[in-house]
Amino acid sequence: MAKLMTEQRFASPDDVYQLLIDSHRDLTPDQSTRLNAKLILLLANHIGDAEVLAEALRVARQGME
Amino acid sequence: MHATFSYPKYSFTPSDEQRTGSVRRHPVVIVGAGPVGLTAALDFARKGVPVVVLDAEDTVSVGSRAVCYAKRALEVWDRLGVGQRMIDKGVVWKIGKVFNGDRMVYQFDLLPEPDHKIPAFINLQQYYLEDFLVAQARRSDLIDLRWLSRVISARQEADHVVLQVETPDGVHAVEAGWVIACDGAKSSVRKMLGLEFQGEVFKDRFLIADVVMKADFPAERWFWFDPPFHRKQSALLHMQPDNVWRLDFQLGWDADPEEEKKPERVIPRVQAMLGADTPFELEWVSVYTFQCRRLEQFRHGRILFAGDSAHQVSPFGARGANSGVPDADNLVWKLALVLDGKAPESLLDSYSDERVAAAKENILNSTRSTDFITPKSEMSRVFRDAVLELAVDQPFARALVNSGRLSTPTTYTDSPLNTPDGDSFAGKMVPGAPATDAPVERDGQSGWLMEALDGRFTVLYAAGDGRVPAEVAEALDGPAAGPLPLAWHAVTDRRRGIAGELVDSAGRLRERYDLTPGSVYLIRPDQHIAARWRRFDAAALSAALDRAVGHAAGC
Repeated sequence: MAKLMTEQRFASPDDVYQLLIDSHRDLTPDQSTRLNAKLILLLANHIGDAEVLAEALRVARQGME
Repeated sequence: MHATFSYPKYSFTPSDEQRTGSVRRHPVVIVGAGPVGLTAALDFARKGVPVVVLDAEDTVSVGSRAVCYAKRALEVWDRLGVGQRMIDKGVVWKIGKVFNGDRMVYQFDLLPEPDHKIPAFINLQQYYLEDFLVAQARRSDLIDLRWLSRVISARQEADHVVLQVETPDGVHAVEAGWVIACDGAKSSVRKMLGLEFQGEVFKDRFLIADVVMKADFPAERWFWFDPPFHRKQSALLHMQPDNVWRLDFQLGWDADPEEEKKPERVIPRVQAMLGADTPFELEWVSVYTFQCRRLEQFRHGRILFAGDSAHQVSPFGARGANSGVPDADNLVWKLALVLDGKAPESLLDSYSDERVAAAKENILNSTRSTDFITPKSEMSRVFRDAVLELAVDQPFARALVNSGRLSTPTTYTDSPLNTPDGDSFAGKMVPGAPATDAPVERDGQSGWLMEALDGRFTVLYAAGDGRVPAEVAEALDGPAAGPLPLAWHAVTDRRRGIAGELVDSAGRLRERYDLTPGSVYLIRPDQHIAARWRRFDAAALSAALDRAVGHAAGC
């Protein structure tokens, strides 16, 4: 069973962070929301494992209950 | 309206018991002569059980209503001798297309496999369907159809139910050993029993417009999200017989249902869809909302609920009538065995268990479709629109597009009537699954496996090259002559001259059931798999039969 990997995995974390931020440049809040939704769907499919996704969602929701 | 169909008027004839004032006890009374009640009546008659059917009205369904009938319901009707008439009149289809704006984003084929007797789906106005069922019921002396007979109260006694029935000639009592309530989503029997019917109400309204027109759309299900002719809402198109087309427009929760039904509101919507110069006539208009809900249990003592009286779903997926008919199919053989003293009353609890599981599955699918079509939150809409946008170029996203997951029969995975597999088999024919069809020859005639599964228990013995060991034949002749209705067939690869053999010359049966020489299947009267083995074992068969009629240890 695959497990959500939460250790740091990027060779260049700052590049990845900048990639995310730059992709939203010049977008309206609505367009950004759309982009994020499409990104989540693409990545969720790439992961291809509902359990990993469920675990990621659980972690992401922490502090919101 | 209704230029293409004239409604029959079924006359009220007072029953003997009402005329003479004597109360009679009937083994089975069915409340409601809709698709589910009539299916149950036909099945009881076929098993030799006389039934009384009470209906508050005196005609068939007003409006085309259900329209889409799935393979499994048609297989049940075919077994009851009325399926072919429906298929002949209906529009056969299996392809669904989903559009976003004016681009197709997804296409599905509901029966990609060849060699099945019954098609994936037909479209047929519900009034035709009921008309055919009534005609078939009238041919049986065992079915007593009573129109304009409204049940106004139901009282359960220890060994029967007393119904008060109101007719044009007044109120009289009818006694029943068992009552099957097939009286629809607004079931009065359910209300009389004070049963909770809980679930979810969806805040959306939809307009149905049936129009008569000459059009060259194909016989396919077309569904649009955000079409150019009906922005920001969904629309659906289905072909029906007699050049009638079902158009369905999402309106939103704020729409006024009375206003939206007016021709001056409907006609511009239809013109926007079809083009201003396409001539059409409005046949039937309706505005609906929907709910997904069910009874906790479908058996309440001697009263059993089937169809919409027991469970209700959204129309997306055609899971209403198509799950009501399997209710009847599941219940009738069990009740017939109980009436015959061949099964314990507890077998009827398995009706509730199996069909509650089916209702859960249908409600889950229907709710998910509805959440996609009518997103309940802003973020739900964002994800829905993202899926539709991605689906144009990204194959993975097409699988997420949900415009209705169309009705498929439920596998009773956890049913106590199943004998769990001891041997390993490939494929879908697991215990609890609905039997899948295959072409076979019988007595030199080409036919279908489903025709051999004729409402009795059936044992299939894979005889491979044609040998059925004498001790196997003898051990199968035993139960076939026993108290339970049972037939057995050897499955052969070509004609071998064995009595009752099913010749699997195309090899489809072998392939779909993963048969090897000596494999055995036990199939229930409702064509669901009860048990299977790689080698014949008379004791195992006998135990599986006991279990399938509710005699298993612990029951």
